[in-house]
Amino acid sequence: MRALIRLVSGLYAIAIYGFIFLPVVVLVLFSLQATSFPIPPFTGPSLRWYEAVLADTRLTSALVNSLLVAVVSSAVAVTLGFLSAWGFARFALPGSGLMRGLITLPLTVSYLIIGMGLLVLFNWTGVPKSLLAAGIGHVVINLPLCFAIVYSQMGDHQINIERAARDLGAPEWKVLLLITVPIMAPAIFAGFFLSMTFSWDEFVISFLLTRFDTTLPVEIWNLLRSGLNPKTNAVGSLVFAVSIVLVVLFELMLLRRKPA
Amino acid sequence: MSAPLVDISSVSHRFGQHTVLKNVSLTIEPGSYTILLGPSGSGKTTLLSILGGFVTPSEGKVLIRGEDCTAVPPAKRPTTTVFQDYALFPHMSVGSNVGFGLRMRGVDGATRAARAREALALVGLATAFDKKPHQLSGGQRQRVALARALVVEPAVLLLDEPLGALDLKLRRQMQDELKAIQKRVGTAFIHVTHDQEEAMALADHCVVMNDGRIEDEGPPERVYARPATRFSATFMGESTLISGTVTEAKSGKITVTTKLGSLSQPGTLPAGSTVALAIRPEHLVLGAAAGAVALGMVKVSDVVFQGSFKRVLGTSTTDPALHFIAKVAAASAVQPGDVVAVSCDAGDIILLADQT
Repeated sequence: MRALIRLVSGLYAIAIYGFIFLPVVVLVLFSLQATSFPIPPFTGPSLRWYEAVLADTRLTSALVNSLLVAVVSSAVAVTLGFLSAWGFARFALPGSGLMRGLITLPLTVSYLIIGMGLLVLFNWTGVPKSLLAAGIGHVVINLPLCFAIVYSQMGDHQINIERAARDLGAPEWKVLLLITVPIMAPAIFAGFFLSMTFSWDEFVISFLLTRFDTTLPVEIWNLLRSGLNPKTNAVGSLVFAVSIVLVVLFELMLLRRKPA
Repeated sequence: MSAPLVDISSVSHRFGQHTVLKNVSLTIEPGSYTILLGPSGSGKTTLLSILGGFVTPSEGKVLIRGEDCTAVPPAKRPTTTVFQDYALFPHMSVGSNVGFGLRMRGVDGATRAARAREALALVGLATAFDKKPHQLSGGQRQRVALARALVVEPAVLLLDEPLGALDLKLRRQMQDELKAIQKRVGTAFIHVTHDQEEAMALADHCVVMNDGRIEDEGPPERVYARPATRFSATFMGESTLISGTVTEAKSGKITVTTKLGSLSQPGTLPAGSTVALAIRPEHLVLGAAAGAVALGMVKVSDVVFQGSFKRVLGTSTTDPALHFIAKVAAASAVQPGDVVAVSCDAGDIILLADQT
């Protein structure tokens, strides 16, 4: 009986992980296809489609754009998120609970709504469709996340440490820069890498807010419109690999705890 | 005598509706070791925060070296604080922690390191310069916090229950070192504690606080031997308290009537005042070798052996509500259940007027 339960739960686990990872495995496998169609039988392995991706200037420039948008928008999001978390944690503000709720609210709003809202707003204020506009969109979706991560890690025990710095003659900006930021560094980096992950493969907002220069997910979508070929698999695998690296960095930052 | 180093005049403070300091005035002399002693909620920590600049008092003034510092922020006033949880910078080495105050004052790196090493040597931690705070024990962190606060040469060093987090043995050891360090550097220390033994051991000037007021202040020997109020008689050491009424007052002598009889005391209180007579445990004499003032019979309820002496608890046979605390020689044969005579010398009775 017990053996049966173990067998069934083992099969169940395999089914779940298979369901989650099989598409990725297929994607990566057929990116190594030697022939022109990403369908069985597997004819590889071959790196010709990766060469094709790297030779395609539209894809490589989109990749650079994506990296640029991810790095800059995440840096802005984590800076603003950190400052708001510090403000909420250290000062008694009127309606603090409500304000904290409002700042995290965009987490629950769909990217489509945020993208359309920004599109209308930018149209109205005359901001052209561009990487800058998409970057602003990514700050909007990632700031609440950075705020939530940093705020959750900002404990009361740091209040006295900041006080000690002030007591020893540090002006407020030095307290922030020399004491609070280094102590909060794990949370700040975690917020940064998670934001980069989300910005890196974000499609809807980038699609709505960019025109000529665009990000990699939008460029991949352009490519898919002309049908499947192993090149899309190759570029998809590249996107996936970068995401994995970012998520691992995020987990290392947030889960690494020094002994107190 | 020149002006006091710190002059706190008529300071009151409220947190919302709650008044935590009520018209407190206090002066601190240069080079003194002052202890603010009181139970939690007595306002002692708030007073320290006001001195450190972390709290601006609702009313009153704080002068440090003759300058009005009432609303000066911590960074700009000549005080530093040793926090109860040490508040060391966890990401910096011990040397950088100690040098932080000098760095904020624009002292160059080499001088900073040299002075940080000196300060660490002063607290007996010369070898810890390159370590991180988490590699140190509680007592060592305490010393780093002390060195960090002393290295900038403050006019006043504020210590917020600095020994509270240490175990008893370490606390007594650090207590001796604190006193020695204070004597060596000559800086005025103001130290908050609720531990009366710590207060008696360290203070030049002991300030007993209760309910937002200063109950008593002076050298600890005087505060112990002649407490000014009933509260300081019970908080600074233990006492047997006998309540009574002044029934007669003439030419510097009063007669106090208690349930145990009448006694004569030097004093000037008017007849009709209610008073308490306090007697320290070591001044109560049990048994036949009676002192000058008989206090009736006591039924012993408990005898606690404390090493060098025995602590005897009991109640009066004439008034069961009256509790005696006495200290007898360790060799004494007193047993719980015994009924013995109790007495004391007239000179050891402390007369305390009840506050109205």
